Amino acid sequence: MASQWNVYESFQALLQAGPYHLALEGVLVMCVLWLFTAKKKPSKMVRLTKKEEEDLLADWTPEPLVPQPPPLDHPNLHTRTVYGKAGQYVDLGTGQKLLNLATQSFLNMGERPEVEEAAVTCLHGYGVGSCGPRGFYGTTDVHLNLEERLAAFFNCEAAVLYSYGFSTSASAVPAYAKNGDIIYADECINFALQRGLQASRSRIVYFKHNDPDDLHRLLKEQAIADAKDQKRANATRKFLVVEGVYFNTGEVCALPELVVLRRQYKLRLFLDESVSFGTLGPHCRGITDHFNIPMTEVDLLMCSLELGAGGNGGFCVGTSFVVEHQRLSGLGYCFSASLPPMLAAASIKVVDILEEEGAGLVQQLQDTSTQMHRALTTLHTKVNITGAELSPIKHIRLNESSGDRQSDEAVLRQVVQKAEEYGVAVTVASYLSDREANAPQPSIRITVHKNLTDAQIDTARDALTHAFTDVLG
Amino acid sequence: MYLVTLLDGRNQNMVAHTEVSPQVSPEKILTAGECSKTRGSESVRSKGPDVLCEQNEIVNHKKSNHVAVAGSGTVPHPKKKSYKEEDCSLFVAFFTFLSYGVLLLVGYIKEFFVPVTTKEKNREEIELCSPFTNFTIYLSYGVLFFVGYVKEFFYPPSTKEKNREGYVPLYIGFESFYTRNVYRRIQDCWNRAICSVPGAEIDLMERYTPDYGWTIKHTGKTIRCINVGSYNYLGFAENKGPCHDAAEEVTREVGITTSSPRWELGTMEIHRKLESLVAEFLGVEDAITFGMGFATNVLNLPSLLGPGCLVLSDEFNHASLILGLRLSGATVKVFQHNNPEDLEKKLREAIVYGHSRTRRPWKKAVIVVEGIYSMEGSICDLPNLIRIKNKYKAYLYVDEAHSIGALGSHGGGVTDYYGVDPKEVDMHMGTFTKSFGAAGGYIAGSKDLINHLRVTSHAQVYAASMSPPVAQQIITSMVIIMGKDGSTEGRRRIQQLSRNVKYFRQRLRQMGFIVYGHDDSPVVPMILYLIPKISMFVRELTKRGVAGVGVGFPATKITGGRMRFCLSAAHTKEMLDKILKEVDEVGYLTASHYSREPKSQEPIEW
Ligand SMILES: Cc1ncc(COP(=O)(O)O)c(C=O)c1O
Repeated sequence: MASQWNVYESFQALLQAGPYHLALEGVLVMCVLWLFTAKKKPSKMVRLTKKEEEDLLADWTPEPLVPQPPPLDHPNLHTRTVYGKAGQYVDLGTGQKLLNLATQSFLNMGERPEVEEAAVTCLHGYGVGSCGPRGFYGTTDVHLNLEERLAAFFNCEAAVLYSYGFSTSASAVPAYAKNGDIIYADECINFALQRGLQASRSRIVYFKHNDPDDLHRLLKEQAIADAKDQKRANATRKFLVVEGVYFNTGEVCALPELVVLRRQYKLRLFLDESVSFGTLGPHCRGITDHFNIPMTEVDLLMCSLELGAGGNGGFCVGTSFVVEHQRLSGLGYCFSASLPPMLAAASIKVVDILEEEGAGLVQQLQDTSTQMHRALTTLHTKVNITGAELSPIKHIRLNESSGDRQSDEAVLRQVVQKAEEYGVAVTVASYLSDREANAPQPSIRITVHKNLTDAQIDTARDALTHAFTDVLG
Repeated sequence: MYLVTLLDGRNQNMVAHTEVSPQVSPEKILTAGECSKTRGSESVRSKGPDVLCEQNEIVNHKKSNHVAVAGSGTVPHPKKKSYKEEDCSLFVAFFTFLSYGVLLLVGYIKEFFVPVTTKEKNREEIELCSPFTNFTIYLSYGVLFFVGYVKEFFYPPSTKEKNREGYVPLYIGFESFYTRNVYRRIQDCWNRAICSVPGAEIDLMERYTPDYGWTIKHTGKTIRCINVGSYNYLGFAENKGPCHDAAEEVTREVGITTSSPRWELGTMEIHRKLESLVAEFLGVEDAITFGMGFATNVLNLPSLLGPGCLVLSDEFNHASLILGLRLSGATVKVFQHNNPEDLEKKLREAIVYGHSRTRRPWKKAVIVVEGIYSMEGSICDLPNLIRIKNKYKAYLYVDEAHSIGALGSHGGGVTDYYGVDPKEVDMHMGTFTKSFGAAGGYIAGSKDLINHLRVTSHAQVYAASMSPPVAQQIITSMVIIMGKDGSTEGRRRIQQLSRNVKYFRQRLRQMGFIVYGHDDSPVVPMILYLIPKISMFVRELTKRGVAGVGVGFPATKITGGRMRFCLSAAHTKEMLDKILKEVDEVGYLTASHYSREPKSQEPIEW
């Protein structure tokens, strides 16, 4: 069948075949046709007359494009505006500079002049946009360089760069997991991962937040099902998707236990290190570094550069066997323009910094985070704080919910407003609760920055205490 | 790259288009194929990948019938004889080959009866692909597959991973057959790194492959080429001038990132300024911007559409639109590329007969098209789309990724080009990656629409907002295009581009090449048909100092291999003449002057 002549010859051969053969073929073809037609819906479609059609068309009144436009006083139509740079302090146009506990730049990379300088130097050479996807002259040596540096930083074979933090995990997961596979995922994974899972069309099994025992239970159940249908089990890939530090809760992943399960049940471990990159481990490498687990245990590490790394875009690292696949199958990689080179150059500088000062940075951030955590535990009797002590992300939640999301959020927004008056900028963690798989409880998200001083931590605690007392009584 | 990307990409696209909702009945799914009576090759393209998909699932998954699949319903799969996973490569190779065989056979038979036409809607020229050419196209693929098959028969590719013994293989062997045996040989034509600004001329990094394409190494030298590969339509990819200066200033002032989504503390003054400027530029009430064009589609379509909505999507829509529509859960019907009659027929029927399962009327109907199609070079037939949309009370979503800035006397995109009131288009979408030399995307339209997106768009809530220097690049370039800087520079660029386009397209045609697309489109696809010709063209042109892009199956249909030139306002007439001269010469080398229409030899004015 390699060429036309084979086709032609087989056609000729068919013509020369005996009548019985032809008859047999004919019957087979009929069977196939019958199979196809039989599948069609049993009820015959009624053909309408032109007149009836016109009536139906005239009758149809579609919904407006936006059935319910949000009320004009919707809080998210009036987001706060940042004037100038959001560094340790931030100007929200309230007349005073507020202590910034809201933007996710844990490592204060935005305040390092060398990072900006790297970006500007690159801007002089490459301009702003890359004007093309990676395949069509959108790859610059800056991108290749950053990929190489990231791979080396994680002791991995290869890295692949995305131009948007959200699209990194949302594209990476469906590049591997397909229809028919099973994905085990923590119930509190971030929204970008959830979108990735949805796009993969695999079966998604959520286990209890950071609970390896619950995962083990589910895996055992699956093992029993697999034993019954070995054939299918042999073709079903199983993935485990977790975060290093959970963005939605601030908990540190119980990776050592998960790694044991990974080996035992042959799962492929996909790890999102967006928060933990640069915040955990003696070499800033994140959760694997923290627990001293070799990278070979992890199949794919996904990470956004938009948080601690103070950049734009995201990346994946792993073996080249795994990672290179995304260059042809990662939709957000193939079909989108590459990261503006100047932003890639800034991230190279950040990697430089992490390599040089890694241990010190992490230690400082963890100390500050711990200190902040302790300062916040006694905030108010009606709230609690979740998240690991050394995590730079902390959530303050109401002990007793009113039962209604909206009113809880409104209460928290009031607290945020009060805190602003007391000189601290914090934010209500934003969620699209109707889109989340398991919408987290409303919370105020506190982000700890490395450079916070003791005095600033005290300010933050006092401001939040006052704000909560003012609102909750 | 697209070559193979799309093997996967298109597969997903096709699946996306067909599997969007379980409610679509099987015969509806194949509509794209059925309507190919006039355009035979289409059906090969659109059916092909489905055939492939099925094959690969059968071979590699042996999936059960009762796995609850996320998103869609259950998919029954025929039971197949089992085999051990470890030594499956022979089977894989066999099925792979079989599936390609089937594909080729179907394609050949189809085109035997219905010859390929290279018909273009907006253009009068209709060129037939000669049966002999057609035959050679299939022959060349046949040979490639055959060689690949023989090779893999004797040397099965190893799929063993380190540290993952006993795991179910991560990849379906089938997926990579094309990569290993076709793409690998010509992959040096794509993914080429550059080390300069992607302006009118670029520095390519020289590379070589010591082992027939398995690995690629850089030599450290550079090659200076004229750039007809980047989407730099208005020439704003610059490392000096007002845009550059403004971007530098903003970087020093507010840094390169906000590290916060728009809902939290990611809204800077510059974002508000950008959004009101975009709205003004497009002549609509309001606009909202995002950090990535791809994500603009993927993360917003689910907020605009949902189950029970009907979507009519052009068959050549971009992967981001298809993914966004799939994630939205709406029912998607695909109409023939840029064919308003087909659209009207399908829209009418769908509305009249309602939801194919529940028989309920649709909540709303949305037509999703692009302004300029990046592979076809065609411009959407906006006046007819608007007529249809108004007649059937549908809504119109136009992705102007390539057309914004590049079309119309004010650079305002398709509405400007056709002189249509921008308010006639319900949802304007576009990207800043191309004409503005920046990155990111926007959606623009009525106040209600944008307010709705501000409170429901995923990208507003979970993704960091646009990088400030990028936003500044857009603002400055947009101000120049609008002439608000007090100069005529914007006008000059728009006129330069439009003259470049007319000149280049006419000259190419006159030389005897088959050129697709609309006469005013800065995307110029030139038909080469054969994979080897594409690779030779790209390589030869690079040697001669012209950097262009080649595209082949599966980014295009099997018989649609092509070179694509993206023109820019930064090109001068001399550059175009040089490109044309080299293209002509390489055209003779590869015998690619396919057009057999009589050509006037009158010199063409720039
Ligand atoms: C029609 C269309 N939409 C969206 C995009 C994606 O835009 P971006 O490259 O900014 O992500 C593209 C880019 O190729 C496109 O052609």
